[in-house]
Amino acid sequence: MNLLLRPLRLVGRLILEGLAHLGRFSMMVLEMVRGLPEWRIWLPRTFTESYNIGVGSLLIVVVISGFAGAVTAFQAGYQWQSSLPIYVVGTLIVSTIVLELGPVLIGLVLSGRIGARYAAELGTMRVTEQIDALESLGRSPASHLIIPRVIAGFLMVPILTIVADLIAVGVGWWSVKQVLPMTDADFTYGAQIYWRPFDGYYSVIKAFFFGGAIALISCYMGFNTKQGAEGVGRSTTAAVVASSVTLLIINALLARILLN
Amino acid sequence: MIELVGVKKRFGEQIVLDGVDFVVKEGETVALLGPSGTGKSVLLKHIIGLIHPDAGRIMVDGLDVNKLTRRELTALRTRIGYVFQNGALFDSMDVFENIRLGLTDESLYNDKAYCRERVLTCLRQVNLQPSVAEKYPAELSGGMRKRVGIARAIAGQPKYLLYDEPTSGLDPVNADIIDDLVKQLDNELGVTSVMVTHDVRGAFRVADRLALLSDGRIVLAGTQKEFLASDNEKVRAFLERDFENRPIPA
Repeated sequence: MNLLLRPLRLVGRLILEGLAHLGRFSMMVLEMVRGLPEWRIWLPRTFTESYNIGVGSLLIVVVISGFAGAVTAFQAGYQWQSSLPIYVVGTLIVSTIVLELGPVLIGLVLSGRIGARYAAELGTMRVTEQIDALESLGRSPASHLIIPRVIAGFLMVPILTIVADLIAVGVGWWSVKQVLPMTDADFTYGAQIYWRPFDGYYSVIKAFFFGGAIALISCYMGFNTKQGAEGVGRSTTAAVVASSVTLLIINALLARILLN
Repeated sequence: MIELVGVKKRFGEQIVLDGVDFVVKEGETVALLGPSGTGKSVLLKHIIGLIHPDAGRIMVDGLDVNKLTRRELTALRTRIGYVFQNGALFDSMDVFENIRLGLTDESLYNDKAYCRERVLTCLRQVNLQPSVAEKYPAELSGGMRKRVGIARAIAGQPKYLLYDEPTSGLDPVNADIIDDLVKQLDNELGVTSVMVTHDVRGAFRVADRLALLSDGRIVLAGTQKEFLASDNEKVRAFLERDFENRPIPA
């Protein structure tokens, strides 16, 4: 009997925990909506957060997108067969980077960088009672801490993705010329012939949702941290894992909805 | 006046408060005593609405804290200064900005001249140099952090001051300095104070009345004389442990 009850208990507990998370997450979003009229508080902090995550992430974005562009070009060169027109390689590199590699790779990197930062910052503030202190002063933690971070996430991840797309395509262009007998004209022709403006919008739309998901999930995890340094470590790990998985789910959903 | 009636709170299986009745009259300083982990800080957080009780009422100035709207609760909090155990200073801000955040009136908060004057006044009141305003919390000693925490709590000129273990983690000399400061502020500002502590000696120096919290209930609330005269086992055990090797203050 006990053997039968144990899995049921586990399922029940998981459902209850899931519902509790959903409730707390909804409350956080509600607090954010309530805090929106306090723009004098969140607007300057949004600029600071945007600068922090934008400029702070620029180097890693440049490095990763550069290598991603190079590897895409080398692999395209490896797979290309002389029966295909060479400009197809230009199409392949640009489409792969803009539609998928740029936003997803940068999203995953930023879910580690921004997600860990937000969760650790807010988690530390929670366990050192700084968030309680804000509330005790009659101030809204949502306006001071969450809204600026979430808006910065929504804004900066698309901007960083555009930067990543441009760098990856540029490096891919240069790299493919090192492995294939391809001219600049071949590459630009291939890049343009199947290019649709929607491809660019799609990249930015994806990045926008990724940025929002990373910021919201990380803020939620950090804000609900419990039990000291161990709790901060736990919520930081949870923030990175949950935002990465959510990002992949959103990626699949957007591909299904927007590309079909 | 602060009044708690039948307040109950449990976290999971653990019962922390089990029907607490507690009154703090206007203008008095009450020390809430009790061993570590008995729920003193939890009780203090109920007063400012940071924690909600499972049962019972918390009345501040005749208002039921748990029935207040968000806006009313914010307004009430502007009348209460809360001094956190470890200061709870904002790491990313310097001392000036930390104390400025204590100005709960938005028009005053945005008046730079007033802010500067008020921050310096608060620093003076907690016996800190004006130059401390430019430092960051990480650059301060434990005692200074506590004092900046007090300066932030009094910046908005509150009617009530709630101190959560203001002397914990300090050496006896610094603990005495903070105790004196609490007493001085109570006299100067005329506020009503509740001080959570497990330092009986400090409580005897500062408080008008004392209350002992044990097993989720107030075991005894009364004057120093009543405490010293009490033959309640828990009260005796608590007092004797603290005064074991030291004279009981006059």
